[in-house]
Amino acid sequence: MANTPTTLPPTIPLTHTIKQNLFSSPFNTLVTLLTAAFFITITYKFVDWAFISSIWSTEDEPLCKEATGACWSVIDARHRIIFFGLFPYEEHWRSTLACVVMIATIIASCVPWFWSTAKLSTLWLLGFCTFYILMHGGLFGLSVITPERWGGLALTIFIFAAVSIIGMPLSIVLALGRRSKLPVIARLFGLFIDFFRSLPLLTILFTAAVITPFLLPGWLQGDKLYRVIAGFAIFFACYQAENIRAGLQAIPPGQDEAGLTLGLSYMQRVTRIQLPQAFRNSLPAIVNQFVITFKETSIVTIVGFFEILASGSAAFGTGKWTVYYIEVYVFIAAIYFIFVFSLSRYGAYLERKLRVGHG
Amino acid sequence: MGSVLGSRKFREIFFQALVLSIVAALLIAMVMNTRASLEAQSLTTGFGFLERSTGWDFSFSVLPYSISDSYSKTILIGFLNTLLLGFLGISLATIIGIAIGLIRTSKNTLFAMLGTVYVEIFRNVPLILQAIFWYSIVSHLPKPRQAYSIGDAVFLSGRGLYFPVFNIAIWSVAIMMLLVVAWLFFLPWLRERLNHSHSYHLIKRSGWLLLPVILLAIAYFARVPDTPLLNMPALKGLNFKGGMRMPPELSALVIAIALYGGAYIGEVVRAGLMSVPKGQIEAGFVNGLKPFHIFSRIRLPLAIRAVLPSLTNQYVQLMKATTIGIVIGFSDLFMIISTSINQSGQTLELLAILMIGFLIINLSIAFVMNTINKKIAIKGYEVKS
Repeated sequence: MANTPTTLPPTIPLTHTIKQNLFSSPFNTLVTLLTAAFFITITYKFVDWAFISSIWSTEDEPLCKEATGACWSVIDARHRIIFFGLFPYEEHWRSTLACVVMIATIIASCVPWFWSTAKLSTLWLLGFCTFYILMHGGLFGLSVITPERWGGLALTIFIFAAVSIIGMPLSIVLALGRRSKLPVIARLFGLFIDFFRSLPLLTILFTAAVITPFLLPGWLQGDKLYRVIAGFAIFFACYQAENIRAGLQAIPPGQDEAGLTLGLSYMQRVTRIQLPQAFRNSLPAIVNQFVITFKETSIVTIVGFFEILASGSAAFGTGKWTVYYIEVYVFIAAIYFIFVFSLSRYGAYLERKLRVGHG
Repeated sequence: MGSVLGSRKFREIFFQALVLSIVAALLIAMVMNTRASLEAQSLTTGFGFLERSTGWDFSFSVLPYSISDSYSKTILIGFLNTLLLGFLGISLATIIGIAIGLIRTSKNTLFAMLGTVYVEIFRNVPLILQAIFWYSIVSHLPKPRQAYSIGDAVFLSGRGLYFPVFNIAIWSVAIMMLLVVAWLFFLPWLRERLNHSHSYHLIKRSGWLLLPVILLAIAYFARVPDTPLLNMPALKGLNFKGGMRMPPELSALVIAIALYGGAYIGEVVRAGLMSVPKGQIEAGFVNGLKPFHIFSRIRLPLAIRAVLPSLTNQYVQLMKATTIGIVIGFSDLFMIISTSINQSGQTLELLAILMIGFLIINLSIAFVMNTINKKIAIKGYEVKS
């Protein structure tokens, strides 16, 4: 793809670069040495706390009082409640398998081969249904476990996946509606999007959980979990719609006009010309919105759901484990970090790749 | 007739009117349904309840309060608490953000990595988890008797942070703040009128000298009678008396928002610094400016102009994020409103107040930032962020 230059630029020896970069002046050398000392101290202290002086197994918990490091016994003893919440003990394998399926779905949708409407929707519908059947049961001889007993990592992933699967199509509708040529439609969609964007997510989740029973007639209310997911999905869609709209606006008008001249219908122009380019234009922003959404799933703990943050707090909530709150929080932070960091790195990778593509 | 019905224009208008009436019908149905369900619980709608006294307590208030205060005053306190938390958190986050932005744009790769590690750690863990983490750290600090202290004036313990304050009335603080703001707005106006002349500089210099004197005079006359000017915290029995207390909830939230927001603002600042065209810096270099002057006279002024829009966005986001304070029991606007909803049942009215509250905050931030943006814009020069 890239043109190979006929003459390669002169290679600069690595030692020279290092010298220029780190030791160019006495002051710079001092900065380098101080930073290196800081990094080494922090890393050593953390490694010592987390791995060397730490206690690992449940049985060794009495040793924790003397130990200077972390007491991972609490994780060893209580990891099941962190990961599974109140899910029945003997069915934990279902929750694990469901998480693996959903994570695999998320990873697969990062592969460009899947980037077509048909493939992506098939992938996500399949992944989501498998997840739901595994968690909920009632089919293939699996016992029924209602959503009230879901918890931990599986609930976090379920909320994230459900919000994505509902929010993504909705965001496309909202973005197209806001760009409609009909003034009333454009205003209405604009008002809707701006209204939801001006509110904190928590107020929307709270309204969905606590207040919607007043607003909606009984037959429309559904379970509290589904109301919260619906509210979250609308919030997500409003933000994502603005990303997509930015992508749509960046398309040269000639593209759409060319489609018009060829006699394509509105639907054809949207699905064949506008959306593919809009997605390409704002892919990094779209991925970033997923990153933010994954972090924000933690907010549902406030409206009373037992996702991984709440189940973590429950893990050190009893008896002798109450003093080991730092270990549990670090453990949960690490789980979030793995998900969020990998997703955001992927977003950064896409950004670089697309920039190269544009030349 | 048929041609009118079939015309594109007519179809468009008809379609829009249809959509509009469906939306209106849905809204009306929602309001009717709400009224019906509220009446079923024999609750009256309207804002009359705002005058009733609440009868419940909450954790923190910037103003003196009691449980017999009216709903309107309690909600106002919640609003002020949110403003205080947002102000403290955002100010600190901005300072951290500028530092991180500078570190990340350093030419020394190792030093720049320090900023990268900071950003990746604090940006990739949910704010709410960070808030809970800091709250458990702060509330597990030693008891007041074993508090950490700085010069016997500032004390840090499990009860929060205690520090000395002036014994002055609240109204005088408001007057002082107004005075400072008026002075800051007066200066640019004067500069335009007097066109940088000698008398302008004279007025400017004497103003800056006089301002602290006037402020101190106000503080002296407005102090609470029969008390020393400075109110020092001191250990009395099991807890501290006197001084100002920053409770653990507020401290933890300020730390969390400052660190989390600092990571995001650091990225904004970095993008701003990187957006300054190389030619501008090279021009300064060619003209023989020192590296510090290239930074303070060329890079920073241009970077500030580039980051303002995204900074506004970050401030609004952080302001909205303060609502998670409820998870550790900080009585901000959201917590006060949700408690009020539980206690009074005036759901729709209180929700409307909450939304208006956030609308006011967001619009104010946007207004202030846009005004600054317009004031400092360089004509004919635009940096792309």
